Amino acid sequence: MAHDILENSGFAADRKLNIVGTSPIKHDGWDKVTGAAKFSSDLILPGMLVGKILRSPHPHAVIKSIDTSEAEKLAGVKAVVTGADFPKIKEGTPYGDMTRMVMAQEKVYHEGHPVAAVAATSEAVAKKALKLIKVDYEVLPHVIDPVAAMQPDAPILHSYMRTKGATPNDPKVSADRPSNIVERYELGVGDVDAAFKEADVIVERTFDTKPMHQGYIEPQSCVATCSEEGEIELWCCTQAPFVYRDRLSEILKVDGSKIKVQQSELGGGFGGKTAFYAEPVAIQLARKARRPVKITFTRSEVFRGTGPVSGTQSRIKIGCKKDGTITAAEAELIFQTGPYSGSAFTNAPQAMFTRYDLKNVRTVSYEVVSNRPKVASFRAPCVPQVVFGVEGIMSELANKIGMDQIDFRRKNAMADGAKTIYAETFGKIGFIETLEAAKACDHYLSPVPKGQGRGISTGFWFNRGGETSSTLNVAPDGSVTITIGTADVAGSRISISMMVAEELGIPVDKVRAVLADTHQLGFNRVTAGSRTTFSQGVVLVDCARKVIKEMAGRAARIWNVPEEGVEFSNGSFRPAGANVGEFQPLTIADIAKKTTSTEGAIAARSDMNVTGAGPGFGCHIVDVAVDEETGAVEIKRYTVVEDAGKAIHPLQVEGQFQGGAVQGIGWALNEEYIFGEDGKMQNPGFLDYRMPVASDVPNIDTVIVEVPNPRHPFGLRGVGEVPVVPTMAAIANAIGNCIGVRPQSLPMSPPRMLQWIKERDAAK
Amino acid sequence: MKKHHITLNVNGDEYDALVEPQQSLLDVLRDKLMLTGTKEGCATGDCGACSVIVDGVLQCACLMLGVEAQGVHVETIEGMAQGSDLHPLQKAFLEFNGLQCGICTPGVLVAAKALLERNPDPTETEVRYWLAGNLCRCTGYDKLIQSVLIAAKEMRGA
Amino acid sequence: MTDLRYEAPNSLNAAVALLTEAKGLARVMAGGTDVIVQMEMDQSEPELIVDIKKIPKLRGISAENGGFRVGAATTGMQLCDHKTFAAAWPGVIDGVKLIGSIQVKGRASMGGNLCNASPGADSVPPMIAAGAIARVVGPNGVREVPVERIPTAPGKTSLAKGEIIASFFLPPRPKGSGDAYMRFTPRTEMDIAVTGVAINLTLDAEGVCTAARVAIGAVAPTALLVKDAGDALIGTKVDEAAIEKLVAATRAACKPIDDKRGTKAFRIEVTGVLARRVAMAALERARGNI
Repeated sequence: MAHDILENSGFAADRKLNIVGTSPIKHDGWDKVTGAAKFSSDLILPGMLVGKILRSPHPHAVIKSIDTSEAEKLAGVKAVVTGADFPKIKEGTPYGDMTRMVMAQEKVYHEGHPVAAVAATSEAVAKKALKLIKVDYEVLPHVIDPVAAMQPDAPILHSYMRTKGATPNDPKVSADRPSNIVERYELGVGDVDAAFKEADVIVERTFDTKPMHQGYIEPQSCVATCSEEGEIELWCCTQAPFVYRDRLSEILKVDGSKIKVQQSELGGGFGGKTAFYAEPVAIQLARKARRPVKITFTRSEVFRGTGPVSGTQSRIKIGCKKDGTITAAEAELIFQTGPYSGSAFTNAPQAMFTRYDLKNVRTVSYEVVSNRPKVASFRAPCVPQVVFGVEGIMSELANKIGMDQIDFRRKNAMADGAKTIYAETFGKIGFIETLEAAKACDHYLSPVPKGQGRGISTGFWFNRGGETSSTLNVAPDGSVTITIGTADVAGSRISISMMVAEELGIPVDKVRAVLADTHQLGFNRVTAGSRTTFSQGVVLVDCARKVIKEMAGRAARIWNVPEEGVEFSNGSFRPAGANVGEFQPLTIADIAKKTTSTEGAIAARSDMNVTGAGPGFGCHIVDVAVDEETGAVEIKRYTVVEDAGKAIHPLQVEGQFQGGAVQGIGWALNEEYIFGEDGKMQNPGFLDYRMPVASDVPNIDTVIVEVPNPRHPFGLRGVGEVPVVPTMAAIANAIGNCIGVRPQSLPMSPPRMLQWIKERDAAK
Repeated sequence: MKKHHITLNVNGDEYDALVEPQQSLLDVLRDKLMLTGTKEGCATGDCGACSVIVDGVLQCACLMLGVEAQGVHVETIEGMAQGSDLHPLQKAFLEFNGLQCGICTPGVLVAAKALLERNPDPTETEVRYWLAGNLCRCTGYDKLIQSVLIAAKEMRGA
Repeated sequence: MTDLRYEAPNSLNAAVALLTEAKGLARVMAGGTDVIVQMEMDQSEPELIVDIKKIPKLRGISAENGGFRVGAATTGMQLCDHKTFAAAWPGVIDGVKLIGSIQVKGRASMGGNLCNASPGADSVPPMIAAGAIARVVGPNGVREVPVERIPTAPGKTSLAKGEIIASFFLPPRPKGSGDAYMRFTPRTEMDIAVTGVAINLTLDAEGVCTAARVAIGAVAPTALLVKDAGDALIGTKVDEAAIEKLVAATRAACKPIDDKRGTKAFRIEVTGVLARRVAMAALERARGNI
């Protein structure tokens, strides 16, 4: 379907805005400050059972048999399920792999992999029942490290797997033998070898990053019910209710029309709640027990059983001329994905250099399976890990040619109309403006305090649009409800309501956003990639315009004038000119009041695959101090500069910048999955998986740059991903300037810092 | 399993419950009394989402057995507002966007209330250290800490 | 898996009897900040929990013979809020302040922090440095045991079946005394010590150190009293030469492991760094008391 708004957003730089750009209180905030908001584990239903999952103690093993008979006999146990209770779908296909991640079938692929589940009348009974399930494993050799997993003699996870994209030119991969390398992906442009010869300075380094967990505070929890007729209802915390429905339909072989997914309030996701874990298990238990089943993960289950992000290994090389012009760049990137493909690793080569206008680039990327929990998305999936390397080299090059850090980046910056290596041509972009704002900000202008080091880094994210389906209903009193099928990950409901209110010319308090279930709307793509406020803005402004048009028609009929004789401005319908006649302006509420006496319901819906997301760019500046005797790093000052296009709700935008930066600080300094020789995660809790606490970080200063995206009615660009992209690189650059050695490995935790300091001293 | 009958006062209301000995006060509040405003983030005392005040002492509801709660007075997030009058902390969090997803918010608010009752004029550093037991993954803490300081100022002025 | 039994006796004798008669695993609980966590993590499945908080005198701090008697179930917050105790033993308070969050300190007890026998327990090195004596009550009566002799290995203590720590005695403070504790953790709070050092010393009117006790934590299976390290300070003005000896002695006493919290080399190195910093802090406090 063609949608005018995608061709002509109606953006006008000089539009007078009354609501957009202010920061009203979130409508969902009241329930959140009083404890009334219902998160996933807050639902209690009559007859509800407690579900618990039995998990593999081995990182890699064949399941020879599972005996659940003793568990089934235990009083209070109402259902037990294993892999045998799921429809058989071929392994090595997307749904075959998906169903095996939820519940193992032939093999277990990581410690914590689910092998069975029970539903019982209490948690104590369920736990007791798990102990009665006997699983006979044939333990297999395991491999955790992706580089080890790439070797020809590594334990093979999937005997059927052959590397996609294998080429005889690359000895690392072969299409002829089983391999843990899922895919080899090459992306580039130009003549890289020739271009490196033109460079005056070339820097080449290797980098590695560790998996980090999204760290949402709300563990996965869900309640599944099944009617006697086989209709399934699922309540859960998710960023993707419609995607869950469609995948559940595929793996459970149930019509999508019989599955209703209702999202709860979402207690943090950051990409980690785009894939289901407990949900299909709860459904199978509920179908068997014929009673509602709730499964809530423990924190340990969250760490061991849900996706962290990919750890990476990379080799990156960039060359530039003395005047700062980058001539060529090259990268070889390895991404771990867990037992099955799904890391979205191709984002990395596409995004890693994008913001610099490079004519000669060569990248080769590999995605590798190993016996770790399967990775899941996280803000700007797979990009921050490689920007950690790129921006380290950028800083080193700037130092080598004696150029200011920002000037060097500015010299190579993409401008409007730039073409990327993945063949997208940008429209209006704000990277140069972002760099200029960074250079002009107080932080960059202030001298680096004595004993500290300063680092900067930049980052890019595509920003996304995608399938979005929403409705807008005008009540007879003139208030408006909007029904949205995307998730609210951090307060998008208020921003979306504001755009609707602005367009309709009514107070934002008159608009309420409702989180719909999957029966109420058409398909909505996952809430991820900084797409939601952007896409909903487009779709719901479209709805608002439809409603305005409808109401203008009613005004015309009330006044008995032609439709084109009515115009809408400042929240009121007025005669378009003196020749139309003299009529008192009619407000939205005035016409709504006549709903039943005119043509009935005033409503609109809009369903579209939204395009036109404007890319996002950011620049971070950070000052650190290092205790050279202990290796401890202290973040002393931090500034996030980022282009938001237009900040609909500035406090929300700042919150995105600040939250992303602090997640990056955790990733930079301490967060990592630690595995023992036995292949088990050693730190599956908040005590030893060290996310930043309030006393670890300073205030995060923000500079909102606004280079409007003309493809959006209000000029908005997504802001959710970019804030984490530059963080680790910026901190590493600051540490490098502080201690004289730029770390090439994450996390930059005290024991490793101290070792680098000692190696530096030994080299002197 | 032998169950214990307990009676306790939550936010001024008397409740009773039959609890299994391994169940925590958090289990009792959420599953028995259906007061789900207190959140579970870890059940091991590491995230502070279940912060409550028991007989005047700030603690994690997950680190106390339900059976120990016989005769205690518990203050939870549900008791923080007086009817429709929000506590100044609640107001500040709303107005200055001290929350994003909201899952840590009940625990943070209860912990911050306990702080301001002890120390009405804390420094930013004192607030950060006092709230170090309350993990927040969304906000980066900035607006959360600022909201507490704004509420403290408001309460001192009032 | 046997069903758990919970008892909250109101006398020490009753508690001792319950523990003595228990057939399976019995755990003494005061704050529960370790016991309940271990149960939640399926690391401990006790058959009996004996809650000692209802026993009179097990909670609270009182003056005794010029020193202090601290009940084993006294919480971290009670200790931090006790102005006289905090003024006398700032180093012990340094340690107590680092136990978990404010929420955890509202529950965690001094006896529990010791009897959980974690090598990284933050109150233990300063209690050892203070020369604190635990009063142990059991089926065979009462014995007085120096704190450093309670833990024997991670998770293990020298307490016999049926024995409970009832209280601690902290000795009187001579003039010119000062103590301090510091630990190293990657985070500022909510973390487990990678290494910790406590020093308690006394200066005479001339500033010469007449007594010193040094204890280290998280760098051996139990917290250790390092006699050589204390001796390095005694008879000196805690000058650079003495501190270098102190640093060397504390490093020499470390027998750490590599684990998720730190490497051997890092622990040994940083223990020395902390020893110097803690000595300076203790010295400053001692000088303020001459």
